[in-house]
Amino acid sequence: MTHGAQTTEREPVLAVHRVHKEYGAIRALEDVHLSLNAGEVLGLVGDNGAGKSTLAGILSGAISPSEGELFVEGTRRVFRSPHDARDLGIEVVFQDLALAPDLTVAENIFLGREISTQGGRWLGWLNRRAMERRSKEELQLLSIRIQSVKTPCRALSGGQRQAIAIARAVLWSSKVLILDEPTAALGVEQQAQVARLITDVASRGVGIILISHNMPQVLELCDRVVVLYRGRIATTLYRGDYDIEQVVKWITGAALAEHS
Amino acid sequence: MSDGLDAEHVTSESPASTGVARLTGLPGRLGSREFVARLVSYWTVAALGLVLLVFAFTAGSFYTRDNWIATSVYATGILPLALAQSFAIISGGIDLSVSGTLGFASITGALVMHGMIGRGSSSATAITASVGVALAVGLAVGVVNGLIITKLKLTPFIVTLGMLGVMHGATNLINNGQEVSDIPLSFTHFGNRLLGGWISTLVAVCLVLTVVSGVILARTRFGLRTYALGSNREGARRAGINVDWHLIRIYAISGLLSAFAGLMLVSRFGVAQTNAGTGTELDSIAAVVIGGASLFGGTGTIFGTFVGVCLLSVLVTGLILANVQPFWQMVATGLVIIGAVYIDQLRDRLRFSAHGE
Repeated sequence: MTHGAQTTEREPVLAVHRVHKEYGAIRALEDVHLSLNAGEVLGLVGDNGAGKSTLAGILSGAISPSEGELFVEGTRRVFRSPHDARDLGIEVVFQDLALAPDLTVAENIFLGREISTQGGRWLGWLNRRAMERRSKEELQLLSIRIQSVKTPCRALSGGQRQAIAIARAVLWSSKVLILDEPTAALGVEQQAQVARLITDVASRGVGIILISHNMPQVLELCDRVVVLYRGRIATTLYRGDYDIEQVVKWITGAALAEHS
Repeated sequence: MSDGLDAEHVTSESPASTGVARLTGLPGRLGSREFVARLVSYWTVAALGLVLLVFAFTAGSFYTRDNWIATSVYATGILPLALAQSFAIISGGIDLSVSGTLGFASITGALVMHGMIGRGSSSATAITASVGVALAVGLAVGVVNGLIITKLKLTPFIVTLGMLGVMHGATNLINNGQEVSDIPLSFTHFGNRLLGGWISTLVAVCLVLTVVSGVILARTRFGLRTYALGSNREGARRAGINVDWHLIRIYAISGLLSAFAGLMLVSRFGVAQTNAGTGTELDSIAAVVIGGASLFGGTGTIFGTFVGVCLLSVLVTGLILANVQPFWQMVATGLVIIGAVYIDQLRDRLRFSAHGE
C-alpha cells in the first residue's frame, strides 16, 4: 500500500472510513477504507464472498454498516435506504438490470421519477412527450442507438437493455455510478460499447466504481483497482503498475502469502 | 446496440402514441411482423363481432331493444369487478375476494338503509349514509387484503381466496343468512331508470367508471407504476417506488369497486341477497384474461377488459335467446377462457419472434 497517501486538491466524491460489517458471527467487511474521486474509474475486484457486494451495498445505501463512517464530498452521511444515496446523486446498475420488460425505454428511464404535466401533478398525469424527448436526448448523448424510446424493453437485445440500464443510472447519477458486473451477460462488441460508455461518463466528472470479474476490462478501464480478500482490502493497484497475473494473485490470496 | 436499427425511426411516431396504444390496445405504429402480432391481439374484438353475427341468425330476438338493455345491464354486474381485477392482475396479483366484498358491502349498506328508515330518517339521508358505509366497508376490506399481502408477505391468490370465504361467511352472519329487502324506492329507481329509453343509468355509470379506470391506467403515474410492479417488482422497488403502499392502494381500489358493484346490484334488484355476485369473481378474471392481460402481470388494458366483459355478457344473453340450456353457457364461458389464454400465448410468441428473440 505504498501509494496510499496520495493527495488530491478536491474532496473525494465518496469515501468510507473504518467500515466493518458483521452478519451475526460472520465478518463480511473488516476495517475498509476507500475513497473515490470525481471522474475516476475505480475497480473493485475479489473472489466470490470477498465482500464486494456488501461494500457496494453500503456505498449505495442498501446495506448499513455495523461500524464506520461514510462521506459524500467530505460531508458525513448516514444512508438509511437507497433513496438517501440516490438523492445525493449516487446510482447503481445491478447485475440483473432491474428494467421492467413491459415498459418502454422511456418509461423505464423515468420509472420512479416520472415527469408530470404542469396542471396534472396532483393526479400524477404523465407527460410522456417530455419523458420521451429527454430519454431520446440522453441516449443520443451517450451514443446509444435504439429504434425508438417507445419500444418495450422486452423487445431489446441484452446489450441494448444493459445500455438502457446504464443510461438510466447515468441520467440520475450526478456524482457516483456503481456498476455491478455490467458486462457479464454481453457479447464482445456490446462489452466494448459499455466500456466506451463508462469512459465517457467518467470524463464528465462522475466517479465510477466498477465491480467486475472481467480482468482485461478492469485493466483497460480502471485508474485504480481495489482488491478485496476475505472482507479486507488486500491491496490497491494503480494503472500501469500491474498485470492480470498480479491481480489474480491478490484475488486468490497468493500474493498476500508472498508478502507476509 | 448495433442491430441494424435506424436512429431515424426515433421520430417516426406520433406523440403520446404509447399512451393511446395502452388505452385502446390499438397499435401506435405499424411495423410488418409486429403489426401481425398486434392484429392477433384484436381477436377479442373479432370474436365479439363473430358472436354478434352468429346470434343474428340463431337467436331470434337478439337484436331488440329489450335484449340490448338486458345484455348491457347484465354486463354492469361484471364490469366494476373486472375493472378492479384489471388493476390487481396487471400489478402481478389477483383479487378473488371481489364477489365476497360485493356481498358483504351490499348487505351492510342495505341494513344501514333499512335500520335508518325504520328509525324515521328520510330516505335521502338513509341512502347517503348506507352508500357511505358500504363503500367504507369495501375500502376497508381492500386495505386489509393489501396489508396482509404486503406486510405478512402472502401471495394475493391465497389472501384473497381466504378473504372470499371470510366475506361470504360475514355476509350471512351479519343478518342471520337473511336477505334485506324493503329498499327505498328512490334507490331502486336509480338502478332501473333508462336514459333516453335505451341506456340504463347503471350502464352509464359503468361507462364512466371504465373511462376513468382506463385513463388512470394509461395516463397516470399510478397506472405506469402498476404495470411496472407486474413487470418487475424488484426493479420497481429499486426505482424508488413504494411497492407496499402501491399494492395496498390497488387492493383498496378493488374493494371500493366491489362495494360499488354491490350497491348497483341492490339498486337493480331492490334487495340485498346473501348470495349476490357469487361466482362473478371468476367472470371478472375471465374478462381480464380475455382482454389480453397476462396472469403474470405487466400487460393488459382496460379496453381489453371492457371487450372481455362484452363478450361474456353477449354469450350469456345470446345463448339464452338461442334456447340453449343455461348449463351450456358455463361450458361456453369456460372454453372462451381457455381459448383466450391460448391465443394470448400465441400472440406472445409472435411478438417475440417479431423482435427476433
